[in-house]
Amino acid sequence: MPLPPHLSPQLWQEALTRLRAAVGPDALFTADEDVTLYRDAYSPVWGEPEERQASAAVAPNSTDQVQAVVRIAHHFGIPLFPIATGRNLGYGGSAPNLSGSVIVDLKRMNRIIEVDDKRHFAIVEPGVSYFDLYRHIQERGLDVWIDVPDPGWGSVMGNALDHGVGHTWSSYRDHFGSHCGLEVVLPNGEVMRTGMGAMSSAKTSGDFRYGFGPYVDGLFAQAGFGIVTRMGIHLMPRPECFLHRRVLAYRRQDIVPLVEVANKLEDAGLVGMPLYESPMFGAQFADKALRDIATASDVWNGNAIDRYAAEKTMPAWQLGLSFYGPAEVVEASWRHAQAQFAKAIPGAKFETIETLRFPLSPQAEEEALHKVLIGVPNLNIFAIGARSATNPEPADGHLLFSPMVARSGEEVMKAQRLFTEGMREMGTDFPMSYGPFTAPFTWMPRIFALTTGLPVSRSDPKVNQRSRETMRKLIELGARHGYGEYRTPPLFQDQVMGTYDFNDNALRRFCETLKDAVDPKGIIAPGRGGFWPRAMRKEA
Amino acid sequence: MRWFLLAAALSSAPALAADAEPQGQAIFIRNCAPCHGPGIGNPGENQKPGTAALAAKYGGKLPALLEERRDLTPELVAFFVRNGATVMAPYRKTEISDADLVALGAYLSRNNPKFSGRKIRKTS
Ligand SMILES: Cc1cc2nc3c(=O)[nH]c(=O)nc-3n(C[C@H](O)[C@H](O)[C@H](O)COP(=O)(O)OP(=O)(O)OC[C@H]3O[C@@H](n4cnc5c(N)ncnc54)[C@H](O)[C@@H]3O)c2cc1C
Repeated sequence: MPLPPHLSPQLWQEALTRLRAAVGPDALFTADEDVTLYRDAYSPVWGEPEERQASAAVAPNSTDQVQAVVRIAHHFGIPLFPIATGRNLGYGGSAPNLSGSVIVDLKRMNRIIEVDDKRHFAIVEPGVSYFDLYRHIQERGLDVWIDVPDPGWGSVMGNALDHGVGHTWSSYRDHFGSHCGLEVVLPNGEVMRTGMGAMSSAKTSGDFRYGFGPYVDGLFAQAGFGIVTRMGIHLMPRPECFLHRRVLAYRRQDIVPLVEVANKLEDAGLVGMPLYESPMFGAQFADKALRDIATASDVWNGNAIDRYAAEKTMPAWQLGLSFYGPAEVVEASWRHAQAQFAKAIPGAKFETIETLRFPLSPQAEEEALHKVLIGVPNLNIFAIGARSATNPEPADGHLLFSPMVARSGEEVMKAQRLFTEGMREMGTDFPMSYGPFTAPFTWMPRIFALTTGLPVSRSDPKVNQRSRETMRKLIELGARHGYGEYRTPPLFQDQVMGTYDFNDNALRRFCETLKDAVDPKGIIAPGRGGFWPRAMRKEA
Repeated sequence: MRWFLLAAALSSAPALAADAEPQGQAIFIRNCAPCHGPGIGNPGENQKPGTAALAAKYGGKLPALLEERRDLTPELVAFFVRNGATVMAPYRKTEISDADLVALGAYLSRNNPKFSGRKIRKTS
């Protein structure tokens, strides 16, 4: 494995001795077979010189130990890269921005400090996974729900710190947005608490996020300003009832009123995450006639799609709506929603998908259709990409391209066309990527993500080269049209940060100024977020 | 008992505690079952993703459920845990320690008639 940059082998050995003494011999990993486990399993540069690999990993189990690790790293000038559960697959896994960094693996810090089911928050350490927090709540019969991303094995904190997202109400599914108060070990080894935690006598760090003065929490997400050791997160009260209902719309243009009405319902607090899909996406792989329509150059005018929809009675779009609350309230909200959609979309149809009352029996929970919509962590999403009858030769993972698109039907259709034609021009044909049936994801409230996955391989570098090149071109193409990435693997972070170019990249320059002041030696995750301390900047 | 000690001394693997299988089962439930257990997946998927993947891989020649396999060895289990397979990422030692892995291997190979560890414990 690589050594930390600019460190002699003797000093490296000395640093390892001190790290071992700080965390104990079982919590320092230096053998190749152990450190290799921190490679990004979905790396698009697997086994190539560009792959960023760690020199070692250290697994402190307390804030004190994190401080000791940071102080040692500071003394020797060793870059660290903190991970919580390190399952950031598709966005970089557990590998650092800078080769030779020491991974600070916080999985062993897995205490749930507090769950308050009257004031609705939890305080957790980095290693607490969604599965852990869910189990804790269930075992104690607490009256709160969590909001989960698709894979339940990730960390409540790690996910939030990469601006991760979930699937329920808008105020909860933006996970960083719903965090409340951090405890952070700064690059010099000092501990700081933010929000109300900054007042040592306060008992409200999980309730009120601002405290007094500048709100600095944002500096600790997608950035290397410190290692977060504790985080509060707001939870929602467990609702009485969940309804999942569906609106079916039969013309391509219907996406415009569909989005308008859904936006209004959601922003008024009447529905949870709108779940957009096109039944034609899957159907195109079963019916060649539909695939031909999808790939024809005039598909964008919608005529052929509308004809096909009418002929087959197949919706061009469907929208899943989630309602949470008392039975009479959610039924009334659904009646209201139907009236709004019926008025805006002639011919719209409605379907009942699921009605649940809580608490669920274990059997009912297992049978729940879409568990993430009701805050139940699981790993079912890996069906996408795993081997199956229809995917007998699966890829080894995916590189995720996630451009953010304004929440309107017009923008969705514009972005679909841009990325579909763009990929065609690149000569890249991933049929599952973009096309006229690509539906927007609404994980992040108030914005659409037109996320797609590009295949990666641990055995075929050609697959990776193609995905890498496609990714770079897609980032550039998107940015030319105002579609910025909300997160990306380390390999692309410099490029993505570069696309946020207003006023000669004033944002990046400001981050660099802060980095130079707070962490001039680049001890914490240098390069994370696409900015570097002066000594490591390319122009330096 | 002598048998057990002798075999444990001969093999380089750590001796298996009597409760290795239940411990391994707990590790399986926690880490593996969400993909490789029984049960259903997301809408349209009648199996968990890992179970569906192995059903597709073996086409009925071997059980799709890992817990029903009779051919698994601790070494094979350890290989997949530490190397992953297709979209399954490997598990690090802070997630499944070497000791946990021994217990998991014992649990998943408990049905394998050729797995000597099993025989050892039976005769001990
Ligand atoms: C099939 C699939 C589906 C997915 N679905 C979703 C989804 O629905 N929603 C979603 O958000 N993501 C999704 N992802 C992406 C990713 O898997 C999850 O976001 C996952 O939760 C992130 O990994 P983690 O929780 O282990 O965080 P980590 O990998 O531990 O952390 C993520 C990053 O945050 C930073 N960080 C972590 N801990 C600290 C700390 N203590 N101090 C400072 N910085 C820190 C580091 O830069 C780290 O790289 C999906 C991925 C795949 C492959």
